[in-house]
Amino acid sequence: MNEILEILEKDARTTPDEIAKMLNMTPKAVRSAVKKLEKDGVILKYKTIINKEMVKNEHDEVRALIEVKLTPEKNLGFEHIAERLYKFPEVTSCYLMSGTYDLLVVVEGKNIHTVSDFVAEKLAPMDHVRGTVTHFILKKYKEDGDILKRAERSKRLAISL
Amino acid sequence: MRPSKLVEKIPPSGIRQFFDLVMGMKDVISLGVGEPDFITPWEIRERAIFAIEKGYTSYTSNKGLLELRERISGYLKHRYNLEYDAEEEILITVGVSEAFDLAIRAIVDRGDKILIPEPSYVSYGPIVTLTRGIPVYIKTDPDNGFKVTPKDIEKKIDKKTRGLILNYPNNPTGASYSKSELKSIARVISKHNLIVLSDEIYCDLTYDSIHTPFSSLPAMKDKTVYLNGFSKAFAMTGWRVGYACGPKAIISSMTKIHQYTMLCASIISQEAAREALEHGERSVQEMKREYRRRREFVISRLNEIGLSCHKPDGAFYAFPSIKRSGLSSMGFARELLKKERVAVVPGTAFGPLGEGYIRISYASGLENLKEALSRMERFLYTL
Repeated sequence: MNEILEILEKDARTTPDEIAKMLNMTPKAVRSAVKKLEKDGVILKYKTIINKEMVKNEHDEVRALIEVKLTPEKNLGFEHIAERLYKFPEVTSCYLMSGTYDLLVVVEGKNIHTVSDFVAEKLAPMDHVRGTVTHFILKKYKEDGDILKRAERSKRLAISL
Repeated sequence: MRPSKLVEKIPPSGIRQFFDLVMGMKDVISLGVGEPDFITPWEIRERAIFAIEKGYTSYTSNKGLLELRERISGYLKHRYNLEYDAEEEILITVGVSEAFDLAIRAIVDRGDKILIPEPSYVSYGPIVTLTRGIPVYIKTDPDNGFKVTPKDIEKKIDKKTRGLILNYPNNPTGASYSKSELKSIARVISKHNLIVLSDEIYCDLTYDSIHTPFSSLPAMKDKTVYLNGFSKAFAMTGWRVGYACGPKAIISSMTKIHQYTMLCASIISQEAAREALEHGERSVQEMKREYRRRREFVISRLNEIGLSCHKPDGAFYAFPSIKRSGLSSMGFARELLKKERVAVVPGTAFGPLGEGYIRISYASGLENLKEALSRMERFLYTL
């Protein structure tokens, strides 16, 4: 992966000036490289990773992984159905899978009822959907490479030779 | 109770007081650390846990697990085309520190002289003294990146000179040697029939060039004790595993001392070290990329705020000049600590030639480095 991307993926707040120093480039060159990455859609957006486990009370929400079995459409395969599905704001992720089912859909809702309503009313009745299996997430330990727990403080000595 | 005269003769570290000052302070950003900020990669830690579960809790052979020595032999062959026989030419030690101690004890008789380029890592001289040898420091030229030249070496050689210590990439300067620089040193070694103790613990953290082990040079294998370990590249300082490779006679002498003093390195650590060589390469490369970025950042910022600094070739240290501040190394470190709560190591910890310099370790997260350098900038501004 491009080194600029690697740096921004770790910390999106790293300034062009700092990146320039790290990679021995001019800030101008970094800025235009980032612009291009944004324009090409390589960088989609900059977000903050929030540990929702810690703000549970205010924004109570549940998440479910739903296995969806589909009948593919002629000439379109799964693309069209996937598109109809992922446009629902409740769907946070959507993947085409190999194996015993076709789509893996991650759905987020206020509580177990909103999610089951979504499955029962929106998802299951859709054309081409042959069946669904819903798994609710009980606890998150690690998400997208981030462990959802503050790392312990380093025990290194402040000075060692 | 009175300690031996020999031990009394060893000067206490002149910067002890400074260290105590740092340890007693809170909220300090420390750039004074000589070890990686990364935690040992999980696969390595997991292997150690597995070893404990399996009940690997015994001694190992004095020389260390044969499987580990074979791995090391394979790694050196693959990486540097070095040929060391796992049975007779490799010894696993408790860190490079032990390997160094053993090597000195194996070659030094009372009054033998060992040449040490300065600035130097802190333990070389005292260990030579403890072995009743005589450390002879060679002053290196800051304008040559503190690298020792064949001329510098030859000037110090006399009838009692036994060996030369090399340490590259260097702690504290980060400097390393090119193949041709090493070749010209090798000529002096051959001419005067010296032994080289080559501490190459930072070799995997060489950023722009290809590291050349001293023993890979023509005719140098028989004159070199190659020292390396797992602490730096694999972020395994606390595991204490190092190794020495050298001619059979030296390794067997070192093993003799090792078997009476240390017996063997911890089997759990040795198991972890096996994992490091089997599957750790990816983690090493990842950490190395991160260090490299930090190096670029730190050097660029140091020069920006007026502390001129050579770009180090390897390790994770920068050794900038602080002469423009008008302060001594110790004064600078003390004031910086008091005013801005940033800890660095005064250059004088590495010998008198370090006066006018400080050692900055960039084995620290970028957030810390950014903040520390801003504080240093403010500090310089208020002087």
